[in-house]
Amino acid sequence: MQNNVNADVLAGVDARKYQGSQKVIDKSQRFIQVIGVIFTGIISMLCILPFILIISASFTEERSITLYGFSLIPRAVSLNAYRLIFMNPKQVLGSYAVTVGMTAVGTAVGLFIISMTGYALQRPDFPLRNVISFYIYFTTLFSGGLIPFYMMVTQTLKLKDSYFAVLLPLLMSPWLIILMKNFLKSIPHSITESATIDGAGDFYIFLKIILPTAKPALATVGLFLALSYWNEWYNSMLFLSSKVIYKPLQLFLYNTINEARYIRDSAAASNIPAVDIPMESMKMATAVIATGPIIFAYPFVQKYFIQGITIGAVKG
Amino acid sequence: MRGKMKNIIKKRTLLFMCIPAIVYFFIFSYLPLPGVWLAFVRFNYRDGIFGSPFVGFENFRFLVLSGQLWTLTRNTVLYNLAFIITGNILQITVAILFNEMAGRKLSIYKKVSQSIMFLPYFISAVVIGVFAYNLLNVRTGFINAILKQLGRDTVNFYSIPGLWPFIIVLAYLWQTTGYGSIVYFAAIMGIDSEMMEASEIDGANAFQRIRYIILPCLKPTFVILLLFALGGIMKGNFGLFYNLTGANNMALFETTDIIETFVFRSLNVNFNFSMGSAVGLYQSIFGFLLVMTVNTIVRKIEPDYSLF
Repeated sequence: MQNNVNADVLAGVDARKYQGSQKVIDKSQRFIQVIGVIFTGIISMLCILPFILIISASFTEERSITLYGFSLIPRAVSLNAYRLIFMNPKQVLGSYAVTVGMTAVGTAVGLFIISMTGYALQRPDFPLRNVISFYIYFTTLFSGGLIPFYMMVTQTLKLKDSYFAVLLPLLMSPWLIILMKNFLKSIPHSITESATIDGAGDFYIFLKIILPTAKPALATVGLFLALSYWNEWYNSMLFLSSKVIYKPLQLFLYNTINEARYIRDSAAASNIPAVDIPMESMKMATAVIATGPIIFAYPFVQKYFIQGITIGAVKG
Repeated sequence: MRGKMKNIIKKRTLLFMCIPAIVYFFIFSYLPLPGVWLAFVRFNYRDGIFGSPFVGFENFRFLVLSGQLWTLTRNTVLYNLAFIITGNILQITVAILFNEMAGRKLSIYKKVSQSIMFLPYFISAVVIGVFAYNLLNVRTGFINAILKQLGRDTVNFYSIPGLWPFIIVLAYLWQTTGYGSIVYFAAIMGIDSEMMEASEIDGANAFQRIRYIILPCLKPTFVILLLFALGGIMKGNFGLFYNLTGANNMALFETTDIIETFVFRSLNVNFNFSMGSAVGLYQSIFGFLLVMTVNTIVRKIEPDYSLF
């Protein structure tokens, strides 16, 4: 039903003509608009508040935080937290490298397999499409739960302390395959048919004809994958013990927040006496560093996510 | 039969293209299934899953008699109900309010506001935990800093279980309102514009338009989303609960322990694999039955939207 609604919806382009031609907005609508601006304004401010708070805290002098607590605007500005983190940047850069690498590899491989599967499953002339679709979909209906999964990864696959234990579980999901399938359905089957008549094989058609025409679909699904890799901490926490030196970024942040010793270690490496560690502002600075790239990418990628949500929402 | 076989062989490339995914789901979703046997044994590492002594329903009996299963189920279900009710009300309200914003200036405002509201969806659970820490911690938290300035006593949020249902619901709304309103906003955009024009001509004001056209048109979307949300009512958002409350914060378990956090602890803290698996299996089975029921209902009222 909602497939015809595209990203313009959120961009504010009004699909309805009548509002454009309407000259006077009556009192009742004006009233709702005023209420609307106030109401959504408050929600928007609450949504942005925590971001401002952690950015502000990361630039605040530690003494001011201990005395007055976190504030919206720094009372005393200081770059100490960042300076300390980057004085001994091995940890942070290592974590960045792991996360960037994992995101790149996971997204590329996952996207290829997801689109290949999605293409085959939406082909009306593929006799096994329903069987395989159900086989994939069933995994969302019934699962063995966390512990059998954990045993499987650690005992059978022997992936404890391996980056593969983080990379593989996120590689694809039934939801993304269904999303891709729905996207690719909108490419006319006649394209495939005419290419078949010209003698092209199915894999060739997928690679040379479908993939280039399906760029918006690839962008959307790829970004969902990339986001889940960037934000991944759960499998890292489950499967990567202290033996792994360079943790993915979010786990590094998690440890920084929950275990003060991570901050002490990094301070010790830079020969800073324990008393002088700007503990609180360093926690906040680490959060800013781990989230920064998402905030920067956000304006450019937002519309692809909206596309994915409107297409995939109801038929999830 | 023969014809079908022939057809499959003819389309074998398409089958080959599905093989990576088939193998993948076999390994990560089907192969762990026999592991649910853990729920029926007293597990020890030496004997492994299938060598450990069989105890039948002993683990389940313990969970029921100790009252743990009831607490976990209650917390998980009540939180989800609170999420569904408050979430949908807020999302629909926001979508309708945005829809009424017309004109150049308001359109720009709308665009900015929607972008800001959608932003929390992109934030990892760990960072949400940092946000909560920044706002709530007793020594330096933003809220306590304000309380101090006002000359009030500080509140140690991380040790008062009674406050957490509100905090968790607020955090949930914070993260999902923008995301969820997109779905409803798209549904409003899909309403036939002729209906809107007709109401205009008939002299309906904005309230009447909302009451008699927009809300009824949103009903199918709402019902479907509601039903599927009910189907998932036994599933909790581990990341949110775990990070918000400050990782295994025992002081708050009474009101914040859900099935996911319990199972995680049996794996990572108590090493009671059998008990954790029992709760996991209970969740899987009930979750499965719920989805099946919901799907049957959906198929009756709106066959196009049923999952299978």
